[in-house]
Amino acid sequence: MITLEHIYWLSGLMMAGVAIVNARDATNPRRLNNTAFWGIYAVTFLAGSYLPDIANGFLVIAMVLVASIRGLGQGRKESATREEREASAKRWGNRLFIPALTIPLVTVLGTFIFKKISFNGFPLVDLKQVTVISLAIATLIALGVGMAMLRPPLLAPIKEARRLLDAVGWAAVLPQMLAALGALFAIAGVGNVVTGIAERWIPLDNPFVVVTTYAIGMAIFTMVMGNAFAAFPVMTAGIGLPLIVQRFGGDPTIMAAIGMLSGFCGTLMTPMAANFNIVPTALLELPDENAVIKVQIPTALILLAANVLLMNFLVFRH
Amino acid sequence: MLTLVGIVIVVIGFVLRINPLLVVTIAGLATGIAGGLSPLAVVAAFGKAFITSRYVAIVWLVLPVIGLLEHAGLKERARAVVAGLRAATTSRVLLVYFTIRQITAALGLTSLGGHAQMVRPLIAPMAEGAAENQYGELPERTRHKIRAHAAAVDNIALFFGEDIFIAIGSILLIRGFLEQNGIRVEPTQLAIWAIPTAICAFVIHCTRLLLLDRSLRAELSRKADDA
Repeated sequence: MITLEHIYWLSGLMMAGVAIVNARDATNPRRLNNTAFWGIYAVTFLAGSYLPDIANGFLVIAMVLVASIRGLGQGRKESATREEREASAKRWGNRLFIPALTIPLVTVLGTFIFKKISFNGFPLVDLKQVTVISLAIATLIALGVGMAMLRPPLLAPIKEARRLLDAVGWAAVLPQMLAALGALFAIAGVGNVVTGIAERWIPLDNPFVVVTTYAIGMAIFTMVMGNAFAAFPVMTAGIGLPLIVQRFGGDPTIMAAIGMLSGFCGTLMTPMAANFNIVPTALLELPDENAVIKVQIPTALILLAANVLLMNFLVFRH
Repeated sequence: MLTLVGIVIVVIGFVLRINPLLVVTIAGLATGIAGGLSPLAVVAAFGKAFITSRYVAIVWLVLPVIGLLEHAGLKERARAVVAGLRAATTSRVLLVYFTIRQITAALGLTSLGGHAQMVRPLIAPMAEGAAENQYGELPERTRHKIRAHAAAVDNIALFFGEDIFIAIGSILLIRGFLEQNGIRVEPTQLAIWAIPTAICAFVIHCTRLLLLDRSLRAELSRKADDA
């Protein structure tokens, strides 16, 4: 059976390749930092499941120190000039889209097909992780298609991966770090402290105030945690169920559905949701790392107001 | 109250623009210690949480093939395709992507998008290409603005589409949590009540996208007149 662990090995090999390409690139003044950073990251993929927690913890800290002391650099050589790329685009035309669109299409197909395939009762892939595994398999197939079509040198994919990954830099690891921070917040009970404060300071005897506090609280708490999934249980246990449902007789289904979506409004406004908001600025080479958040804030605020009104209007409707 | 020290560190760190990896690590260690763990136990908890969250980094596996295609001129081709469509404007390109992304997400096809797979190689170059078509070479600032909008479209359409699909993570979480508290809810009901917000999101963001063309025109036509 193909499990997440196999996909981690693949990721580890890619990161190791990126580290080796960096080590051999004299045009990058910080190449040793880059090599160490991606090299340690590779170890967390390849060996992370077998090392003790404390060793993994020190590996992570080592990565952070490498990235923040003197920082990471980038090689200076462009892989192709604009003219070269334009000539190649003319030559290949729309065929270039085939491998690119293979990734989403095979991922989606995989999520359906893998559920149906099994050998002697054992599924081919771990069904709990079917989407992520499908994505990884889809990238391999797309890479095969691309290699067969373009016939580049054998090491070209890893060199190109290095170019893009170094453009993203440390932001590539930030979503994972924030997930780890969320876990520590949960261990330390940060959520209960926050709802405690809300309960003490906000007059919670009026249904409109309660519903509004719940929706806005979901958004704010999501901004703090970077994730609506972390905010939902805390806010719903603290305010939603005891007040909206039990005291004022609101509908739990409507409250939960719109409450979660109010949290998503918060996701649009916080750098803590790094994979949605910070990583794309790195990927799109934007100089302002808050550029995507700034574009999203107006929509998020108007939509949050709409959610407050919708919930007030719908949740007590019987 | 001391347990909130991590939040304070994160806010200060982001405001002062200190390397976020360092800020998050310090915030995590401080929160764990404030929560009563020993320093070594905190490091271990941090390492464990980092390792169990590795799945969020799987998306980087797309980089070899995307890089290869970019090297072969994928972005240039995406621009050229849009340049061939006379009706294409930045707003319309993004509106079409928004609609497709929201509808497919509502059908559970959340993996039909993404920043690394779709936005960087295809959607952002198309949106830029449409503006280049109308106004010629774009200033850097405008390019960056269009790209940020392309990323925002992917996020907003995904967030407010996926909750209409009954088997998505957030609906399963809601259902599981309410069940622990003795309340049974139907996933289909949760999905139905996500629809009003989804419609609001579509109307609000598409209105803003239509206004984007206007603001680009105001920004760029003066330049075009000078030339």
